[in-house]
Amino acid sequence: MSSVSILGPTLNGIVPVLCVTLAGLACLLAEAFRQPGERMPIGGLGGIGLAGAGAAILLLWGRRAESFGVVTADDFGLFVQLVLVGIGALTLVFSPKAIDRDTLPAGEYYALMLFALAGMMLMAVATDLLLIFLALEVFSLALYVLTGLRRRECASTEGAFKYFVLGGFSSAFFLYGIAFTYGLAGSTRLDRVASMVQAHALSGDPLLLVAMGLLLVGLAFKVAAVPFHMWTPDAYEAAPTVVTGFMSTAVKAAAFAVFARVFLLALEPLRAEWMPVLWVLAICTMILGSVVGVAQTNLKRMLAYSSIAHGGYLLVALAAGGDAGRASILFYLVVYAVTNIGAFAVIAMLGTREQPMETLDEYKGLWHSSPVMAALLTIFLLSLGGFPPTAGFVAKWYVFSAAVGAGQFGLAVVGVLTSVVSVFFYLRIVVMMYMSDAREGAAPARLPGPALAALSLSAAILFYLGVLPTRLLDLAARSVAGMF
Amino acid sequence: MAVVPVLSALIVLPLVGAVLLLLVRNRGHERDTVVQWAALGVSLAEFAVSLWMWSRFDAARPDFQMVERVDWIPSFGIQYAVGVDGISLFLVVLTAFLTPLALLGSWRSVHTKVREFSFFMLALESAMIGVFLSLDMFLFYVFWDAMLIPMYFLIGIWGYERRVYAAVKFILYTMAGSVLMLVAILTVASLHSAATGAYSFSYEAWLALAVPRHTQMWLFLAFAVAFAIKVPLFPFHTWLPDAHVEAPTAGSVILAGVMLKMGTYGLLRFAFPLFPDAAAYFAPWLAVLAVIGIVYGALVAMVQPDMKKLVAYSSVSHLGFVVLGITAMNVQGVQGAVYQMLNHGVSTGALFLIVGMLSDRRHTRLISEYGGLKHVMPGLVAAFFVITLSSIGLPGLNGFVGEFLILLGAFRWNPALAAVAASGVILSAVYMLWMFQRVNYGAVTNPKNEGMQDLDTREKFVLWPLIAMAVFMGVAPWVFLKPMTPAVNRIVARMAEAGPAKVVPVAAPAGTESSR
Repeated sequence: MSSVSILGPTLNGIVPVLCVTLAGLACLLAEAFRQPGERMPIGGLGGIGLAGAGAAILLLWGRRAESFGVVTADDFGLFVQLVLVGIGALTLVFSPKAIDRDTLPAGEYYALMLFALAGMMLMAVATDLLLIFLALEVFSLALYVLTGLRRRECASTEGAFKYFVLGGFSSAFFLYGIAFTYGLAGSTRLDRVASMVQAHALSGDPLLLVAMGLLLVGLAFKVAAVPFHMWTPDAYEAAPTVVTGFMSTAVKAAAFAVFARVFLLALEPLRAEWMPVLWVLAICTMILGSVVGVAQTNLKRMLAYSSIAHGGYLLVALAAGGDAGRASILFYLVVYAVTNIGAFAVIAMLGTREQPMETLDEYKGLWHSSPVMAALLTIFLLSLGGFPPTAGFVAKWYVFSAAVGAGQFGLAVVGVLTSVVSVFFYLRIVVMMYMSDAREGAAPARLPGPALAALSLSAAILFYLGVLPTRLLDLAARSVAGMF
Repeated sequence: MAVVPVLSALIVLPLVGAVLLLLVRNRGHERDTVVQWAALGVSLAEFAVSLWMWSRFDAARPDFQMVERVDWIPSFGIQYAVGVDGISLFLVVLTAFLTPLALLGSWRSVHTKVREFSFFMLALESAMIGVFLSLDMFLFYVFWDAMLIPMYFLIGIWGYERRVYAAVKFILYTMAGSVLMLVAILTVASLHSAATGAYSFSYEAWLALAVPRHTQMWLFLAFAVAFAIKVPLFPFHTWLPDAHVEAPTAGSVILAGVMLKMGTYGLLRFAFPLFPDAAAYFAPWLAVLAVIGIVYGALVAMVQPDMKKLVAYSSVSHLGFVVLGITAMNVQGVQGAVYQMLNHGVSTGALFLIVGMLSDRRHTRLISEYGGLKHVMPGLVAAFFVITLSSIGLPGLNGFVGEFLILLGAFRWNPALAAVAASGVILSAVYMLWMFQRVNYGAVTNPKNEGMQDLDTREKFVLWPLIAMAVFMGVAPWVFLKPMTPAVNRIVARMAEAGPAKVVPVAAPAGTESSR
């Protein structure tokens, strides 16, 4: 703890964020000193930053450090931060190959990625609406640029532009919501907002409902809830695949952390007001995500719709609320992060410049040329589909168990049925890989050792959590116990 | 009692074997004989363990034996709990009996990716045995769903022409049913939590739980639909012809021999005893569907030009008998149902193997392509004959015992249904014997059939054990009936408690109640 306390106790709560931010700055600096064409292990700097952040999170665990009155590093937030650090670490491992393939500017890539991560991590522990907004903008701006990083490609620029315009629009909604909340509560701090809502029982106040609705729209944009999901498939397709894996998981983690804080804590007394809205959002998101996914032939778009559907399951957990709902969000985020990054990483690692491996047809007979990659992708897809004994099953089970426990049978039934629909398109990929004849001249995939190790580790984690989830379940349950 | 984890060994052994198979080196042989022998060895060892379990089984006890309980996810009261009673005992033995035969039966027909094939077969065996042994509903559901994946790959990779369609249809159909059961399972767990303050997924704890009648209706429906799809009960049977026909021989054997029984086992073990009031209410409707399935399956089977499809539809008919026996919910009916599950596994498994042997030789399954086989391959035809008779329920062979008990039980419950169902016995004789006659009798009309080889040693090893079983189960049924009686009595007694609520179907003839 000595190194931490040097910074002074008020800084404690933001040490993990600081580590990542400094690593991002270091990356920028390194890039400035890099000769053209020189190879420099810039990713390593990010690794150091993430290791520092991870260590700081573990040191802060259970201490509930508060900084400046607007950051509370409670276990819930730290848990999400840990998930984010894990996502960042996995992404770093897969990045070098993607950077080589698309000749991306390495320094900027890593710096932007780390800044995005820092923004998200800040969001996970922020307890003030303004700070949440700042964090949201930090990571959003970084992601807009990352999405359009393949500058020579039209589609990439187009996707990034769409994402930027719609994202900016949603940020405005969110900001407006904050303004209304401030107008009513006289504060943007979540605890004060909560006590105001509690004390005045303002449930009938139309202004409060407007504020709540605007906040909801802003967050729903970020988690790609239907009908605010329009940007998702385009942005996911446009971004370099590794970045897609990163943003499909990390954004959800950060946004759901805020979602839980704002709605399950600050606005919990208004549950009767927002519950129907969330119910409709969840149902629409699950149905649209899985049904439209069926029609996709591009893998990245397919997984984009799949991640929309998974956002729907997370909304179910949110709607269920209570400790079980919150804990199931945490568990789901871990499993979803490992699984989805894994799936996108397989796509990214398989793709070459000539053969991007983004359409379904390119996966014909992959089993014959690259059996290991096919098996790994299958495991990730089965986990996304929620098959036991993978972690995806336990995660879904936990979410639906929370929903049933809260009496939300409708959500649970729609959830399980849509997950059957989504199994259809996950299996389409499996069919292509295993049950079609091999393509002519398909070369075995070659990928760097660390990437293969990381993918195997992810698959092993999925089986471990699928068979022995107890520890993580208990940890998640304990993390939400002391939220406020 | 000394704690020997027999049941866990049964579940784990094939899985460990499957994983080890992946590590076996293939030294560039064209066919992976090492892997085949290793897989066969594992499955035989598994069979030996299952016999050991049988030898340790106390036939006088109605409750679960060799129970193992370990806390698995304590915060939700989920346990790793396995146990065996008289009902699951023989289903486990049947699974362990059929798997080596299925592996041996596809020794030559599966020649690509043998390692993966054996892996999926053994993984499937693990999951199936897990389903039969689970005493915790979470564990049960895990095995129930996990079982689909290996079967999906078996059909999709090693199947016939329309294998992909069949595989996807199979998995989606089954999943659609089972996810609703998942919601029902979660609901009961939360009811348990509301009643006692703690979550539990333990089967026996659920038996003790009083579920309101109205809630039971929904829960029973969710369970029953999942199981009815698996059985498959008319009108949920449409996945079955596709899956059975397109699956490789080994897949069909396991699918028909074991997996269909999961549905009837589920009805008997879970849906009926857990929700007795609802079961009593819905039993007549299920029985009507079962009888429709018996007649419909038989009629459709009769006109099939494809032998495999004929056998597949005959399964719809035979499983209808099983469901009828369960819905009768008296000792004869239920015993007959369990017995018929075993019979069907033996005789239909053998039929699929025989059809597989024919199509290995001629690459066609059309009845019209054959004819006069008894002149060319007398050994196979003899085996075919015994199995055909067993399938149509000739006294002295296994099929008779099961069907007789079921009809007896059904008659005591509802004579009208029993009468209609009995016509299924006649119809089964019609379609099976007609098929047998067209394939085996007459002159050899197709010159391609002239050079067909009779059974070789390997195939004899596949078929003879099955024939021996068919005869043994026909002449010595008490060997199997005695151990299952206490467990059957237990379930029937539980259902009898819910008896007063029993509703007789509107269309049932007068006098039905007096027969109870």
